[in-house]
Amino acid sequence: MAKPDEPEFYEKEDLLKVDWKPPTKGWMDVPVDIRPGTYIYPGKAKNLKILDLPNARDWAVTDQDWKLPADWKTTILDGMADRLSKYRSFKLFMDVCVRCGACADKCHFFIGSGDPKNMPVLRAELLRSIYRKDFTALGKVFGKLAGGRELTEDVIKEWFYYFYQCTECRRCSVFCPYGIDTAEITMMGRELLGLLGLYVNWVIEPVANCFMVGNHLGIQPHGLKDTLEFMADDIEEATGIRVDIPINKKGAEILFVTPSGDFVAEPGIFTCMSYMLLFHELGLDYTWSTYASDGGNFGLFTSHETLKRLNAKIYTEAKRLGVKWILGGECGHMWRVIHQYMDTMTGPADFLEVPKSPMTGTVFEHARSTKMIHLMEFTADLIRNNKLKLDPSRNDHITVTFHDSCNPARAMGIFEEPRYVIRSVCNNFVEMPENTIREQTFCCGGGAGLGTDENMEMRLRGGMPRGNAVRYVQEQHGVNQMAAMCAIDRATLTTVADYWAPGVKVTGISELVANAMIFTGEKKRTENLRLEPIPGVAEDDEVEAPSDE
Amino acid sequence: MEQKEFGGKMLDIDEDGFIQDPEDWNEAVAADLAKTEGVEELTENHWKIVHYLRDYYLQYNMAPMIRKLCKQTGFKLKEIYDLFPSGPAKGACKVAGLPKPTGCV
Repeated sequence: MAKPDEPEFYEKEDLLKVDWKPPTKGWMDVPVDIRPGTYIYPGKAKNLKILDLPNARDWAVTDQDWKLPADWKTTILDGMADRLSKYRSFKLFMDVCVRCGACADKCHFFIGSGDPKNMPVLRAELLRSIYRKDFTALGKVFGKLAGGRELTEDVIKEWFYYFYQCTECRRCSVFCPYGIDTAEITMMGRELLGLLGLYVNWVIEPVANCFMVGNHLGIQPHGLKDTLEFMADDIEEATGIRVDIPINKKGAEILFVTPSGDFVAEPGIFTCMSYMLLFHELGLDYTWSTYASDGGNFGLFTSHETLKRLNAKIYTEAKRLGVKWILGGECGHMWRVIHQYMDTMTGPADFLEVPKSPMTGTVFEHARSTKMIHLMEFTADLIRNNKLKLDPSRNDHITVTFHDSCNPARAMGIFEEPRYVIRSVCNNFVEMPENTIREQTFCCGGGAGLGTDENMEMRLRGGMPRGNAVRYVQEQHGVNQMAAMCAIDRATLTTVADYWAPGVKVTGISELVANAMIFTGEKKRTENLRLEPIPGVAEDDEVEAPSDE
Repeated sequence: MEQKEFGGKMLDIDEDGFIQDPEDWNEAVAADLAKTEGVEELTENHWKIVHYLRDYYLQYNMAPMIRKLCKQTGFKLKEIYDLFPSGPAKGACKVAGLPKPTGCV
């Protein structure tokens, strides 16, 4: 018997029975309905303590009493006032919305759930109604008539529920005529909740781990070494090549930082093995760091303060190790942080040099301030300059599509490089429909700290639009793999694909590269990096067909 | 925080039934944890996995990657699911008293 945290618990037919008709009752009169499968467990006291966050206590979302501090109302209103004066964007987004509704049906959670409060306009309205009531002259006088409402404990519960049903993917913002960034509204909502000690554990434990140990998973230095060494063994088994593992190497040219999901979770570990192989073949003078051992930054899903604390670690470590510049792996939200916050938050990183590829001499001018580039920019440049020996036919058994991860796509605008790389290493590449890719890409449904299993119903609902597009190319073009350059994607899209488009496997782009690359001194390649027989090659040697595990 | 009796001791557990303090773990606790996973009796094969996870955790303060667990214990992933129906992370790690992993996983 399946449980609410397992996909099997949900019948597709039930999830697809979505009613988008507006309810007859006004939204302010509809109390929040918190049910299993659609909310995330609260942050544990021990994690809040590590981060010096207020009101650390153990509580449950289903409790009537959330144990808010006595002066919680003042805390929220003061917190809002402070942020309205500090963040011009927040004030603007509170004022400027004309409720045109262009965003309404663009949210994957609204499409998949039909819950009106998942329309981005209404999600913002949850906060805006308090703003109107307490911060505008009109609202102070006319209250509800002016769109204002009283701040109550029920409002706080509603915020908690819906601000953790937004993946901060910013698809709605693409369609907003005013460019309202709903992610920033959700971030403000979460910051305010944080003032009362209201966090979700799936976010705050990674933040605590990263702050204390260096990565979201709490992998300690010897654990990271053991993990990378194990990967090196598998690499050797597949290719016959023994790669070096430079860790905390002072004076290396490049610091390499990737999301820690790549160290433990499949299929991320195969992406990680691919990085190691690529760098080995290039003879790259790089290093891993055990302290800056996460490119991901769940601080982004918490508050500006934690965001800054975690981001600063990467640059502090770059300075300590004396590297010239930083190369970032296949991570998603890391690039929202680097491209849109790092410069004014931690930077400028003027102790580093502008990234320059030691292989091609290309100078990455656009990273002049952050000193950090994306692995796909680096790889595309290598291929463009004929620095990699590739045999794309090794991937001929794969028909691959590409999922634009929300943050690299919408926060960074990196559309062409990953496609150029995929086309160079795979002969069969198929795009999903155009309103589901590039800047219009649909979220995996598990970003911004929502990718935990107790939230399974919302993940499947939110992942439905993406799953639907994958299913389309699967049926039309025989797509059997989906590439994504984000660790949250690699973890959560696997569930989404298994559910909505079973048979489509998820892969990092680097894995496709490494499987197509001809390495110096490699043995006859009969197995890919997952140690599965390569169809076409393996059959010659009468190896068994890959098992479907 | 919820408490439940395992191995004759009242222990703190999280929402998914993972024990909160790995120090509280012993074989009797494991046997009771297994029952919450629908495993009535721990066989030699179960113990092989549980002890591997436990030893790895004590050394590295984390769970090994699933691939490593399979390689080191000689069990295929499917066999681990046969032994622990919720799988290696939610089933076997729980019985071994490890905390639930979080992050991009």
